[in-house]
Amino acid sequence: MASRETECEAILEAVDRIAARIESEKKHLTDLDSAIGDADHGANLDRGFKAVVETLDQKEDADAQDLVKTVGTALISEVGGASGPLYGGSCMHASQELEAGITAETTVAFAEAYLEKLQDRGGAEVGDKTMVDALTPAVHTYKKSIEVDDLPPLEALAKAVDGAERGVEYTVPLKAAKGRASYLGWRSVGHQDPGATSTLLILEELLATAEEYLDGDVDVDATSPTIPDEDPEEVEE
Amino acid sequence: MIGLLVVSHSGNAAEGIRDIALEMGGDDARIEAVGGDPDGGIGTSVDDISAALERLADETDGVVVIVDLGSAVMNAEVAIESVDDVECVVVDAPILEGTLNAAVEASSPNATLDSVERAAAEAVDLFE
Repeated sequence: MASRETECEAILEAVDRIAARIESEKKHLTDLDSAIGDADHGANLDRGFKAVVETLDQKEDADAQDLVKTVGTALISEVGGASGPLYGGSCMHASQELEAGITAETTVAFAEAYLEKLQDRGGAEVGDKTMVDALTPAVHTYKKSIEVDDLPPLEALAKAVDGAERGVEYTVPLKAAKGRASYLGWRSVGHQDPGATSTLLILEELLATAEEYLDGDVDVDATSPTIPDEDPEEVEE
Repeated sequence: MIGLLVVSHSGNAAEGIRDIALEMGGDDARIEAVGGDPDGGIGTSVDDISAALERLADETDGVVVIVDLGSAVMNAEVAIESVDDVECVVVDAPILEGTLNAAVEASSPNATLDSVERAAAEAVDLFE
């Protein structure tokens, strides 16, 4: 396990990257949202993550759990749209899984707790054309890669991001059943969901941060099942 | 006394709804109205909702929160979790008719959190 200082440094780096990415994709997110929503997703998230960066810069002597919880409270206060309680509330809730720091096990628990809170708060299921459609394949792929395939965390995260990308594509031909887009009914078909898209952007930046801190391969495909290497000697035992 | 909190994506809409409801509930109703995102645009703000709940907490024995669209529901739920001085419920009701019904009930001396919540929820049957 990394030292507390390294963990905090990595979280701050991830937050900086996410804030910069959201800023650069603000117009893209707003364009997606203006097609099927209220055209505020880019602006809301940009305001939210800028506030997160400012808040974390002032925080001293924290650990991973504190920092991630603070990310959540800042998003809740500043985002304003549905993404505030969804991103922020889920972060706050899941932060308790990081009490023992950042490890393969705690990040799986974090990912599961985050998804659970997201679904509980927003009431969306897979197929409703929401951020749940990007996050569910990411969380499932991450958990399976760590717990079943015993992959290194970086490889597992890369597969998870690939899973999220497929989830985002999957939102395009669906009719929205939750969120503002659901008011549009059939007119929502053919448009990519902005919430699923921002979820993917955030995961991509988490992966980019992890690449700086962890060893391993990131060129992996979520749809190819991983066959664990079998050690012949172990099999004989 | 039971308080009411109207949460809309627009501050103007929330205040207009409060004005209409106050005309029915009279001076006996305690109604707060909030709307708009943290930058003052269309949306809702958890901090504004929490602040309104805190103001009501000092003067009431419970608060019924009436909301408009999706994020208002979630932001109201998050705000309620952060306020422990007073019991609050978010009611599933049409925002204008629900607030009006709730204001009438809340101005009755026997009103309880339950009865005001029910009055708001029954507003869906306004035209039956």
